[in-house]
Amino acid sequence: MNVVFGFKEFAFLLTGLKWTVLLSLIAFAGGGIMGLLVAVARTAQSAALRRAMILYIAVFQGTPLLMQLFVVYYGLGLLGIQLPAWAAVAIAFTLNASAFLGEIWRGAIQALPRGQTEAATALGLPLVSRLRDVILPQALRIAQPATVGYAVQLIKGTSLAAIVGFIELARAGQIVSSQTFAPILVFGVVGAIYFSLCWPLSLYSARLEAKFAAAR
Amino acid sequence: MAYQMDFSVVFDHFPQLLWGCLGTLGLSFAGMTLALVIGVLGVMARGSHVGWLRRLVIAFIEIIRNTPFLVQIFFLYFALPQLGLKLNPTVTAIIALGVNGGAYAIEIIRGGVQSIHRGQVEAGFALGLHKAQVFRLIVLKPALRAIYPSLTGQFIMLTLTSSICTSVAAYELTSVAQRIESDTFRSFEVYFTVTLMYLAISWILMTAFAAISHQYFSYPTR
Repeated sequence: MNVVFGFKEFAFLLTGLKWTVLLSLIAFAGGGIMGLLVAVARTAQSAALRRAMILYIAVFQGTPLLMQLFVVYYGLGLLGIQLPAWAAVAIAFTLNASAFLGEIWRGAIQALPRGQTEAATALGLPLVSRLRDVILPQALRIAQPATVGYAVQLIKGTSLAAIVGFIELARAGQIVSSQTFAPILVFGVVGAIYFSLCWPLSLYSARLEAKFAAAR
Repeated sequence: MAYQMDFSVVFDHFPQLLWGCLGTLGLSFAGMTLALVIGVLGVMARGSHVGWLRRLVIAFIEIIRNTPFLVQIFFLYFALPQLGLKLNPTVTAIIALGVNGGAYAIEIIRGGVQSIHRGQVEAGFALGLHKAQVFRLIVLKPALRAIYPSLTGQFIMLTLTSSICTSVAAYELTSVAQRIESDTFRSFEVYFTVTLMYLAISWILMTAFAAISHQYFSYPTR
């Protein structure tokens, strides 16, 4: 029986979209928190800590996201950790995001004049206050355009969860496509949904960048 | 029962994995070449006086950069045969990688072209250089130098992205790994090894690109 791409199929894509958005939000929040730690450790006094973070970032930026997904997905099982599929892929995306956001924020921290750290130290501020009140607010502001730009990469990246069988938007598209035998229409619609999610963010990122460029 | 790691499957299939690495490199180099061609043509069209052509290129860039590669390759996989192009999966993958990388290359190359100040060209002519010399020494080389880091960075990204081409069964490292995995059920061992292989590939590419840059783009010192 031939299923036509109708309302029910479109609604199924939207349930996939819900998971794409949820996965992206979890990975962005988790990756954001971990990424802060990565950025701070990457710019720390301790050379060992810095080198460890350089390695961490190099591994995540030098290997395909798909492989990271596979290794975490199957690795967690081997460690005896039984997690639902969404949690396993969320962990993989979080780790990946922490490396990329950490590297973006590392650049922003290093772009601040050294005098900022020196002045905060001279005022006797402890490390946590130095970071929280002086360095990070300024660094995260500089990093805004790149951070929003990375959010687009992240949303697109969650489509790879489809390859391990997790039903988000891209996988939902595959399923509907094989039911309706209308792959061009279905993947066209799926692409349009991704586009409507990512394009506003890209425009926002470009606007932020223009604003910062003008301010300089 | 604790899981026993067994990397012997990896050693047994090592030649296949190495062929997979070559497949990935071949796929990526072909994709990079196509991306460069699309990039150069795109920049020319992007700067043309024909309004609709310019808008078409901008739309192309925005659509490609704001949709996932996985969706793009599926779309092409089904759309190309409709256009009468019955291609094997690896050629489809090369086209998908080239189209995707091309959209990014257009923006990178455009930045390089814009970085050349008109006054420099005029200064070149004032110094008595020929037209060809001005183009080669004052326009092309500095522009290439300016875009080289971003362009090669994008090429390495393209190589990593090529692992997604397994979803249309193109011949490359990830699809080889998936075949070994489904024969042996040693998922973790296989994928862990392949991850290291990708790391080696991107490290080799990075080193090679840096060596080329050192050879051709470093400023003469004396």
